Amino acid sequence: MAVVFERPKSLIDIPTHYCPGCTHGIVHRILCEVIDEMGIEGDTIGVCPVGCSVMAYDYFNCDMIEAAHGRAPAVATGVKRTNPDKFVFTYQGDGDLAAIGTAETVHVATRGENIVVIFINNTIYGMTGGQMAPTTLPDQVTQTTPFGRDPKLAGFPVKVCEMLSTLTGTALAQRVAVDSVPHIREAKKAIRKAFENQKAGRGFSIVEVLSTCPTNWGLAPLDAIKRLQDEMIPYYPLGVYKDVTEGVFDNLKGGNE
Amino acid sequence: MTTEILLAGFGGQGILFAGKILAYCGLMDNKELSWLPSYGPEMRGGTCNCSVTISDDPIGSPLVLTPHLLIAMNQPSFDKFVSCVRPGGKVFFDSTLIEPECDRTDIELFGIPSQQMADDNGLKGGSNIILLGKLLKETGICSLETMQKAIEKVVPPKKAALIPNNFKAIELGMNA
Amino acid sequence: MERNLMKGNEALAEAAIRAGCKCFFGYPITPQTELAAYMAKRMHKAGGVFLQAESEIAAINMVLGAASTGVRAMTSSSSPGVSLKSEGVSYIAGSDLPAVIINVQRGGPGLGGIQPSQADYWQATKALGHGDFQLLVYAPASVQEMVDYVVKAFDRADKYRMPAMILADGLLGQMMEPVSFPEINPNAYDKSGWAANGHKNSREHHIINSLYLKPDELEKSIVDRYKKYDIIKETETEAELYLTEDCDVLVCAFGATARVVKSAVNDARALGIKAGLFRPKTLWPFPVKEINEAAKSAKKLLSVEMSMGQMVDDIKLAINCSKPVEFFGRTGGVIPTPAEVLDEIKRLGGSL
Repeated sequence: MAVVFERPKSLIDIPTHYCPGCTHGIVHRILCEVIDEMGIEGDTIGVCPVGCSVMAYDYFNCDMIEAAHGRAPAVATGVKRTNPDKFVFTYQGDGDLAAIGTAETVHVATRGENIVVIFINNTIYGMTGGQMAPTTLPDQVTQTTPFGRDPKLAGFPVKVCEMLSTLTGTALAQRVAVDSVPHIREAKKAIRKAFENQKAGRGFSIVEVLSTCPTNWGLAPLDAIKRLQDEMIPYYPLGVYKDVTEGVFDNLKGGNE
Repeated sequence: MTTEILLAGFGGQGILFAGKILAYCGLMDNKELSWLPSYGPEMRGGTCNCSVTISDDPIGSPLVLTPHLLIAMNQPSFDKFVSCVRPGGKVFFDSTLIEPECDRTDIELFGIPSQQMADDNGLKGGSNIILLGKLLKETGICSLETMQKAIEKVVPPKKAALIPNNFKAIELGMNA
Repeated sequence: MERNLMKGNEALAEAAIRAGCKCFFGYPITPQTELAAYMAKRMHKAGGVFLQAESEIAAINMVLGAASTGVRAMTSSSSPGVSLKSEGVSYIAGSDLPAVIINVQRGGPGLGGIQPSQADYWQATKALGHGDFQLLVYAPASVQEMVDYVVKAFDRADKYRMPAMILADGLLGQMMEPVSFPEINPNAYDKSGWAANGHKNSREHHIINSLYLKPDELEKSIVDRYKKYDIIKETETEAELYLTEDCDVLVCAFGATARVVKSAVNDARALGIKAGLFRPKTLWPFPVKEINEAAKSAKKLLSVEMSMGQMVDDIKLAINCSKPVEFFGRTGGVIPTPAEVLDEIKRLGGSL
């Protein structure tokens, strides 16, 4: 009987620790499909964050490194600079990437570091039990914004793709979502493009994935998907924010755009 | 034998450079030696000093507090360090810039108008080397040949064209 | 062997390259900046990587990344910067990675000053980051030893899969002395059993990690590491004993301060006071056997440090408080003078 659907080889066959309805599993899967399709598992080194995906090193079958909170881009830089022929990716959440690791994120991008960053934006700290993230929406209730995020008190959300697309070193900045089949297909295409960029040495690529957190949002999985569609996508519009097909170092005049 | 030398002046007068030449003299002569700069804001134009020790034995503290030889290139340095010189020690200073107020009789003072001499001979910035020439003449710390070799080592390759000027400055100092 | 004249900071860098260091990640800070500048000039030609990171924190994590792939990696800084690195050092220790960290110490706390200090002794030997761990700490006292101990630090870091530190200070970093580079043939340690450098579909995937959510697993990893530390304590201590055989007063000092003390000990001997010098070259592990040997005839011990007194506690522990241990120090960037130390020796020697 012809096999039409199977687990990607680079995704290890063990139960994950993610909550029911969490979209990490979808992103893990499409990332591993890309790794399989490109045949690069043996030449790929992944870097995990601190957050819900802290233990992703147990799920990806390539070599993995667990970084300190926010430091995955620096760790990935150390790996890539000493192993330029390998594929290097980080997998980071919003607190890791856009709060404690903002400096590492901005500088890995402006250096045009030839790596891929998969950025999971679910507007909340999941692992620690639902506190405000840098991407938490205005008025969103979390454990540390019990009356809703008031920008006057807690500032505004960080729009990561918009911010990083201003940097010359960024080759690809694209925001996708995993709320529907067409969007998931789009997300996988973006991840593939990011890895192709790395293969071609085009520079820094980030794919921001709008994701859900049913547990900490206090919503059933389907309601969580609905919130992503109704509240998150309007605030964080999907699309390609930057796509430098010729590579960021092809025009060395520099200067941030 | 151990010779402790302190060089002091304004940042930019070539204090560290002159100290380096002395250090290389020690290296050429196969002696033990240490060179220690003051570091910090003085690099950007304040006062600056440099400790050089040349010895037949391993060197303990590289910090020169009581020098046998002092090169002073500005008034504050002269005033500050002349009292630290060991009895029997020698002080070399630029008399263009320094009024030598000192009532010590147990040290020898050698003032030469090194800044003026440098200007008169088209050796801009050579005052430090002229004082080194004077020190060489009065102490015989090494041979002239050793010092010339040291200069060749210390002048960066990009500025090799300036080596003859440095030799000339040494000669001027020796004859001053 | 050819003698070169080099600054301590430059000698550290050159020695690292010769020891097979393939990448340097740093961030500017006085008084160690010459090291990074030297690396910037030389590393690329030597076939390695130099990168100025956006922060000390990023630099140490780049070291972690490179070390994870089995490459010899190093970072350097001075006291305030080393504090920032402490998080990464803890992760490196917890992930059993080899790396070399250089601290050219300056005065603290806070921004402190930029003149030489030894006030990071506690940080280096007791608490460079959170958790149960140690790092090897070498304390050179000359530019030549900067070279020798960088070579050793890389070797031992690889051998034991742990971070090693060179604890220098501004004086050693800034001074020039003659130095020779021995023929270095770095030992090749097989890292293929753990390095995360791509499995090429020919082995299980490697995970570099310091996270253990089950307490008994974390405990086991730490206990195993401490077994390794026991071997290191037994085999890796090093010290210089100078005029200690008949000494009444044993002066203890490390790094640049030991040079000042040596001058003072010689002066004391000239006055007929039987003084000796004990100089630990490894601060962790502390040379316990060696100090007990050095202190055999001593009636009193004196610790001289460029701090308010940090090593003095280890001395008391090492000799089990069997003899009086006194302290003399200058701090904030002030370098003690041989005359000051001699006065202390006289004070102790006179009261015997």
